[in-house]
Amino acid sequence: MPPSMTESSANKLVNGDVCHRTANGKKSTGRNGFVKNHCLFQQPQQKKYRRPSEKNNHVVRSTSLYNRPFVEQFEETPLLVAVLTYVGYGILTIFGYLRDFLRNWGVENCHVARERDEQKDFVPLYQDFENFYTRNLYMRIRDNWNRPICSVPGAKMDLVERTSKDYNWTFEHTGKVVKDVINMGSYNYLGFAENTGRCADNATGSTHKYGVGVGSTRSEMGNLDIHEELEQLVARFLGVESSMAFGMGFATNSMNIPALAGKGCLILSDELNHASLALGARLSGATIRVFKHNNMVSLEKLLRDAIVHGQPRTHRPWKKMLILVEGIYSMEGSIVRLPEVIALKKHYKAYLYLDEAHSIGALGPRGGGVVDYFGLDPKDVDIMMGTFTKSFGAAGGYIGGKRELIDYLRSHSHSSIYATAMSPPVSQQIITSMKIIMGEDNTTLGAERLKQLSENTTYFRRKLREMGFIIYGNNDSPVVPMMLYMPAKIGAFGREMLKRNIGTVVVGFPATPIIESRARFCVSAAHTRDMLDTALEAIGEVGDVLQLKYSRHHDFPSSLGPWSSAESLLLEPSHVKPSCHITN
Amino acid sequence: MLFIDYSSAFNTIISTKLRTLGLNTSICNWILDFLMGSPQAPAYHLVLEGILILWIIRLLFSKTYKLQERSDLTEKEKEDLIEEWQPEPLVPPMSKDHPSLNYDIVTGPPSHKIIVNGKECINFASFNFLGFLDNERVKQKALTSLRRYGVGTCGPRGFYGTFDVHLELEDRLAKFMKTEEAIIYSYGFATIASAIPAYSKRGDIVFVDEAACFSIQKGLQASRSFIKYFKHNDMEDLERLLKEQEIEDQRNPRKARVTRRFIIVEGLYINTADVCPLPDLVKLKYKYKVRIFLEESMSFGVLGEHGRGVTEHFGVNIDDIDLISANMENAVASIGGFCCGRSFVIDHQRLSGQGYCFSASLPPMLAAAAIEALNIMEEDPVVILIWFRFFIFMYDLVNKYFQIDSYSAVKSVIGEVYAPALHLQLERSSGSRDTDVRMLRSIVDYCLERQIALTLARYLDKEERFLPPPSIRVVVTIEQTEEDIEKAASCIREAALAILK
Repeated sequence: MPPSMTESSANKLVNGDVCHRTANGKKSTGRNGFVKNHCLFQQPQQKKYRRPSEKNNHVVRSTSLYNRPFVEQFEETPLLVAVLTYVGYGILTIFGYLRDFLRNWGVENCHVARERDEQKDFVPLYQDFENFYTRNLYMRIRDNWNRPICSVPGAKMDLVERTSKDYNWTFEHTGKVVKDVINMGSYNYLGFAENTGRCADNATGSTHKYGVGVGSTRSEMGNLDIHEELEQLVARFLGVESSMAFGMGFATNSMNIPALAGKGCLILSDELNHASLALGARLSGATIRVFKHNNMVSLEKLLRDAIVHGQPRTHRPWKKMLILVEGIYSMEGSIVRLPEVIALKKHYKAYLYLDEAHSIGALGPRGGGVVDYFGLDPKDVDIMMGTFTKSFGAAGGYIGGKRELIDYLRSHSHSSIYATAMSPPVSQQIITSMKIIMGEDNTTLGAERLKQLSENTTYFRRKLREMGFIIYGNNDSPVVPMMLYMPAKIGAFGREMLKRNIGTVVVGFPATPIIESRARFCVSAAHTRDMLDTALEAIGEVGDVLQLKYSRHHDFPSSLGPWSSAESLLLEPSHVKPSCHITN
Repeated sequence: MLFIDYSSAFNTIISTKLRTLGLNTSICNWILDFLMGSPQAPAYHLVLEGILILWIIRLLFSKTYKLQERSDLTEKEKEDLIEEWQPEPLVPPMSKDHPSLNYDIVTGPPSHKIIVNGKECINFASFNFLGFLDNERVKQKALTSLRRYGVGTCGPRGFYGTFDVHLELEDRLAKFMKTEEAIIYSYGFATIASAIPAYSKRGDIVFVDEAACFSIQKGLQASRSFIKYFKHNDMEDLERLLKEQEIEDQRNPRKARVTRRFIIVEGLYINTADVCPLPDLVKLKYKYKVRIFLEESMSFGVLGEHGRGVTEHFGVNIDDIDLISANMENAVASIGGFCCGRSFVIDHQRLSGQGYCFSASLPPMLAAAAIEALNIMEEDPVVILIWFRFFIFMYDLVNKYFQIDSYSAVKSVIGEVYAPALHLQLERSSGSRDTDVRMLRSIVDYCLERQIALTLARYLDKEERFLPPPSIRVVVTIEQTEEDIEKAASCIREAALAILK
């Protein structure tokens, strides 16, 4: 090929970037109304006009697939709150423009780093508008993120105290440490973020033995015996034939999906999938279509249409279809409807890629993730992906599945050929923590942690709901998003909680829809009941100050506990009250 | 002729009937006027028109009916299609003895002495240039950190995943490189692959060297920009492309004002083991107003008096380079990567670098190890000098054996005198890549038997934009003694003589 050939590598992918969304409210039944006889999951009777906030209400249509109640709630945004939130953004935007105007005329000091004088006549690196949001909205409440910590990210942590003299443009460390902040932000689900105990001891041992780096890729000279041991253990833990470990969770997705799909393949991706899945799908060159979050009707419609109509324009049949879903969605706290997804995938002969970044270790009686949680056969999931960052307190990711799949990845994954292998002490941390979860250390420590996590989750979610907060997600998910809605409350909540020595994560646009800003708590097995109570008390207090108790469902049957209440609903679907969004 | 006479049809009925309906006189008169005054039409005309209208109606209906029949599949047909469709297998079948399936297994640290498949060898394969991998000081620092922070960070940088060690490392890297700011990533590969799409968007233009490594290629793909490849290290070819672009810009100045342009090069190319002509690139940068991104994974800690890379090597002002990216997995012998440059450029990645925002941060013990490695490099630049001396020695030896030697017909060496990792290629290809790879692999195996650990340079044949020819990569490190190098060189020569003939 001529070397100077001009090409737009990416424009080839333009096609793949087109996101075809299916509207939830649209009728999926055909003109003649036959569809419902063939579809696995029927379109439920829905109100014609729905407010956007209702979009995620979950209705289990085929209860027979579930061996346990599936309770997931997404309470509607109160209308007044929605209006006020938009007004809030409106005011912020107006002030943003005003201040940009003042900065432009030199009336207000501009703290933004400037281009070098020598390069002033270059094409600007950023468009003027590009950083409007950062400059005028994010900067005001920037102190809620990137808070430096100086201890183990365990149940309690120490924060480096910092102040800002110029409204968050720069920070200074005061040299003081904020001690014993209750950590509701780290993904330390099973409490393996520890600097003492067996994990730390074993990691120390392997640092002595191997050092910290590897200095080569797996396929060249970086394939250590500890990696092989880790992969065999992961395969055993997941109940699959074989597995492969990678040095970074994000890259596990973005560097392996391209090996599995390509041009002429169709990727069906949940709209709330993590950026790494989206990037992997984009890099693969396959066509991407997006289905509504956890909405099986939407997914089924896409699957049917894909097979019936084939590829766009050429109408050739698709080579293969790959469904990308996550186990627990980290911003919604929802759990994938895996039994239904598997039923669909089998019926339509698609392949399933399950990203268990948050769910592995955190769900299921044996900590085996969503597959274990629903009591399904891991062989029904073609590609089991997950990370070691969260429950195992380490770093990296894995892919598990059939031997042919893993063998193929070993020779075709970008990661195994071009990226440096995993650090030995990190691998050791995973091996030790995984063995503890599996009970192979001959203790019940792992089982206790799993039980503790599930109890903590149920307790924490129930209490928050009782207090009247709007909590999203599944009752069993340790990721607990609490709605704040208004932009000003994002900053206020984060700061008020820190004043009470509790570290929380607050998120707003673009990580969430613009009016659905939220706080997120990650429950850990390391949290004691006392810590949770302290945190809950503080949340309640701040909730009163900031008027965050939006929920209008005060009839939540707390006395029954979510399990029994759900079960009764499951048996008698007619009991589902229209006002109550626990639908089963 | 026949006329239908409206006036006679209505005149008798209406006047009486309308009155009985209770309408007043003026309205009745108006209705009568209207009916009786209407124009008279011939009957056949009306009949014809009537038929015409009926026919049009029929046409309309029959047409829609036919269209529907043609385009819509019945449910039965759809079901059949779904039944019929067979996907390709998820992965193509692979033979069990595929060369890349049987990785060599390394037991123990991959430092100077390495145990490959149970055999102790001298390591000429790991990128452990400065020997920090098994360094006691580095290990101790990592362990102290482990005892303080544990292993994992359990979160991305934004959400309690920023440790004081990370801030210290960023600070130290910025100081070491003499730049305003540095940002660290938790994975070497993801560093440049995330940095490129943070700046270069759809519609922007990137000029890239053909020999650019795979992570640059992936970054470019993610950026969706226009990519123009220039011949490896060929400044004339680059200038030709820049000129072409200049002409293009003059044609469409409005578009040119918002089209960002970048030159992306490697400091020391991993695929060819030579150095980029940085001073020439800087000249072109100012001439054509293009920004330069420099990937220094191989040159960081290796080139330059203090190991600052190609900028120091050529004495180029580091501020002239818009972004420098490198991994900490080679010379630094830890894990992860970093970008450094002016705050104006680097800070943008803290919200736009995907691999930075959406990934868990670097385990603190690995950051601590990197800090200690920087400490040693700063305290003792001699480390780099000693290494350099060794390398020249090695280079001479390899040259002696394979280029000057009369048997040199079988092999060639690519690489410059500064390159720590050079490639040995076949002088004459057998014509088939597979055969070439197999031959080189037998050389590697031959050397492994004789306690010299080498490796083939691995590529994804189908994914690389410009696939480099197969080669054996020889890595020189500070830990190797002159005897080691001599032994390796003679061993490779023996193998080449025995296998290639």
